[in-house]
Amino acid sequence: MTTNQKKGIFGILLIGIVLGVILWGGFNWALALTNTEQFCISCHEMRDNPYPDLQDTIHFTNRTGVRATCPDCHVPRPWIYKVIRKIQASNELYHHLKGTVDTPEKFEAKKFELAKHVWKTMKRTDSRECRNCHDYESMDFERQEPRAQEMHEEAGDKGYTCIDCHKGIAHQLPEEYDPDQDNPGESIYYQ
Amino acid sequence: MRQKTLVIIAAAAMGLSMSVSAAVDVESLRGDAVAKESAKPAKAKPVVVQGGIERNYKIQPPIIPHKIDKYRITRKNNGCLKCHSPKTYKKEKAPKVGDSHFLDRDGKRLTKVSSRRYFCNQCHIPQLDAKPLVENQFVGAK
Ligand code: HEC
Ligand code: HEC
Repeated sequence: MTTNQKKGIFGILLIGIVLGVILWGGFNWALALTNTEQFCISCHEMRDNPYPDLQDTIHFTNRTGVRATCPDCHVPRPWIYKVIRKIQASNELYHHLKGTVDTPEKFEAKKFELAKHVWKTMKRTDSRECRNCHDYESMDFERQEPRAQEMHEEAGDKGYTCIDCHKGIAHQLPEEYDPDQDNPGESIYYQ
Repeated sequence: MRQKTLVIIAAAAMGLSMSVSAAVDVESLRGDAVAKESAKPAKAKPVVVQGGIERNYKIQPPIIPHKIDKYRITRKNNGCLKCHSPKTYKKEKAPKVGDSHFLDRDGKRLTKVSSRRYFCNQCHIPQLDAKPLVENQFVGAK
C-alpha cells in the first residue's frame, strides 16, 4: 500500500466516523425531542383531552412534587421497544391528519377502544412502564396502609400486574368501563 | 334645624365608636377579633380507621374510614364501586354497599346502584383529625 492509499483509507474512515456520530446523534436527538410532554400536547387532541384528565390525578400533583409525564407511561425505556413504539406512532400521525378524534365528542366516543389498547399492552408487558418508577423490589410494604400492604402481597403471590388493579389512575375512566367486569384475574378488558 | 343635625351626627358617631370598641372586645373561638379576618384553621389530616368508625345510631350512613381524594364520582363513573360493589367487594376486602342502595323510591330492586344513592358523599363523609373548637358532648344512641 502506498502512503497515498493509506491516507485515503484513513480519510474515508474519519469521514465515516464523523458522519456516523452526526447521524446517530441526530437520530437520538430527534427521538428525545419527540419524547417530551411538550411534544405530545403540541397536538390539540392530546392537549384538550388526556392532558386535562391527567392534571386532576396524583400523577400530576402530589405531596412530593415528583410527577409523571406522558412518555413516562406511554413510551418504553429500553431502546428497541422505544423505537418500535415510535414506528407505531406513525399510525397516530395518520389519524391526526385524518382528524379521527379532533373534537372532544369524537375523542369521548373512541376513548374506550383507545383505553383498551393501552390496558392490553400494559398487561402484555407486565406493566413495564409502571415499573420504571414503581419497582416492586424497592417497595416497602411495611410503610403502606394496611389494606395496600395486604393487597400488594396478594397481588405478588397471584401474579397480578399493576394495571390489573390500577386502571384509570392517570385518566378519567371511559364511560363503558364497569368495575364489576374487571376483578383481577377475571377481567374482560384484555380481550 | 342645625342643632338637630348635629345631634344626629353625634349620635351616629357614638354608635359607630361603640360598635368598633364592641368588635375589639368580642373574640372568635379561634382567638381573633371578630372584625379581623380569622386565622386559618390548623392543618388536619384525613383519618384512617381500620375496622371502620362506630355508628351513632341505627341506619346512620357510616362514616368513611379511609381517604377518598383519589376516587372520583362523575356522571360516567363511580370510583367507590371499584371496591364496594356486590361483585368486587370480596376481592377488595371492603364492606358491600347496603342492600338499601339498590332500591328505587317505590322499593323496587334494581341491578345497579340506584340513582338516589349514586353520589356517595352526599351521605358518607370522611373525617379529619381536626380538634373541635368547643367540647362536643354528643352521645350516640345505643
Ligand atoms: C380501594 C378500595 C376502596 C375504594 C375505591 C373505596 N373504598 Fe370505602 N372502604 C374500603 C375498605 C377496605 C373499607 C373497610 C375499611 C375497614 O373497615 O378497615 C371501606 C369502608 C368504607 C365505609 C365504611 C363502611 C362501614 O360499614 O363502616 C364507607 C361508608 C365507605 N368505605 C365509603 C366509600 C366511598 C363513598 C368511596 C368513594 C368515594 C369509597 N368508599 C371508596 C375500600 C374502598
Ligand atoms: C342517600 C344517602 C346515601 C347515599 C347517597 C349512599 N349511601 Fe351508603 N349508606 C347509607 C345509609 C343510610 C347506610 C346504612 C343503612 C343501610 O345499609 O342502608 C349506608 C350504608 C353503607 C355501607 C355499609 C353497608 C353495611 O352493610 O354495613 C356502605 C359500604 C355504603 N353505604 C357505601 C356507599 C357507597 C359506595 C355509595 C355510593 C355508591 C353510597 N353508600 C351512597 C346512605 C347512603
